[in-house]
Amino acid sequence: MVNKVSIGIIGIQGAISEHVSSMNDTLESVNNPGKVIVIKDPLQIDKIDALIIPGGESTTISNILFQSGFYKPILKKINENNLPVMGTCAGCVILASVLIENLEEVKLLSAMDMKVKRNAFGGQKESFECNIRIHRFLKPYNAIFIRAPIIEEVWGDCKILAKIENNIVMARQDNFLALSFHPELTNDIRIQKYFLDMI
Amino acid sequence: MKKLNIFEPKFGTEKIKKGFAQMQKGGVVMDVTNAEQAHIAEDSGAVAVMALERVPADIRAYGGVARMADPHIIQEIINSVSIPVMAKARIGHFVEAQALEAIGVDMIDESEVLTPADPFYHIDKRKFTIPFVCGCRNLGEAVRRIWEGASMIRTKGEAGTGNIIEAIRHQRMVTSMIKKIESMKNDELKKLSEEYCKSYVNSVEILTGKKVDDNIPVFEDYDYASVKNEIFQILKNIKEVYHRLPVVNFAAGGIATPADAAIMMQLGSDGVFVGSGIFKSANPSKRAKAIVEAVANYNKPDVIAEISKNLGDAMVGMEIENIPKEQLLQERGW
Repeated sequence: MVNKVSIGIIGIQGAISEHVSSMNDTLESVNNPGKVIVIKDPLQIDKIDALIIPGGESTTISNILFQSGFYKPILKKINENNLPVMGTCAGCVILASVLIENLEEVKLLSAMDMKVKRNAFGGQKESFECNIRIHRFLKPYNAIFIRAPIIEEVWGDCKILAKIENNIVMARQDNFLALSFHPELTNDIRIQKYFLDMI
Repeated sequence: MKKLNIFEPKFGTEKIKKGFAQMQKGGVVMDVTNAEQAHIAEDSGAVAVMALERVPADIRAYGGVARMADPHIIQEIINSVSIPVMAKARIGHFVEAQALEAIGVDMIDESEVLTPADPFYHIDKRKFTIPFVCGCRNLGEAVRRIWEGASMIRTKGEAGTGNIIEAIRHQRMVTSMIKKIESMKNDELKKLSEEYCKSYVNSVEILTGKKVDDNIPVFEDYDYASVKNEIFQILKNIKEVYHRLPVVNFAAGGIATPADAAIMMQLGSDGVFVGSGIFKSANPSKRAKAIVEAVANYNKPDVIAEISKNLGDAMVGMEIENIPKEQLLQERGW
């Protein structure tokens, strides 16, 4: 791990402040003097050691990211510096390379070998929280699913880290971490610590 | 098949309901009346649409009793977009709300834009699996709605006018009152929570003809003592923990331009609802996109200036003073 990390959080739309405070808590808990930056401008991408794409509406976030010229610097930083990226919910959708429906509505980063389905559990009435088992986590993790996507299929180097019944809800490929739920909405910071260890 | 753990989902918890509102932050929710408008809203970057039979400007013009939209229209809109769909129920009309939940709406707006149904009580929103958003003019209304289970608050503004003044008034009223309670001592906060409970007490006294004491239920099964105490706890949390409303707070009621949206964001809103402002303007798609961009870039004057160019005519606005007091929508709810 880099001693003093800079973690960028895409600041377009969605649960931005929640990611900022949970990442700050995480840094503090491991005595890392690093900082968390809200990314509002593509030029800021160059200054960070890791990136989080938060939950929100994937259509809104991906379209503004694309139109405002974020994709190019993000992909460049991924290729040249192995930028670690964590995508939660909408962020998970954006990291995927294949989408099951609504193909034109979401612009994908195509960083991970996975196929994603949006709103896979249904609408808000079907949103839920439940305990899940995460690979190598000793205790169950209470995960918050809000109109959540699922990862329908992974291939290549993409590895499954958690499932609900037959649905994949967390996966990792190299420096990329995709979650269909919201670690920023709980006080359990094990996933944030796991991501920090990837940097 | 080997099952290592049993799937035991919990639906409609506070985290799930408030979390939905949190996912809307920094976004624009747009009023739509049919599937075609819903598509335009989605393509323009709306985070959600509000399904209605008429936009507020037309509700004003049409007159009469405004009710929940035809479920068929709402369902068509749900089927035509992938973003969340919200719909409005009348104040206190819990059966309209039940129907909206049954057809799969993602969030209910218990809204003063429709004609209120219950002269005494707002809906007990805790009983629902899906979250509610409610309007407010001041901190008292906001805190009562939050206590009743609202997961999101918006300013009432004055819907259907294209005039931002009331939304700004309501946002400033909430902010300045929060500032005021920051310096209040516990006994002052207790007094304030009693004051904020007055509308419940009044309703019960009218209904029963008796003076309310601590043991009398004033809202559903909640007795006066516990309502007072829980409202006090909300105020204490605002003062000590949040320093703002404890739920997501949007602006609504009169937003017509990108600059209107951006000023509400600069005044502390987490996002905006645009009602008549989009589909009553000359170029809905262009204006919708501009308002979305304005909310994402609310602190960048150069961007706001650029996206405000050549949008065509905004909706025709109304002066608030020219509206007879009994036709003011913000007076509805208490």
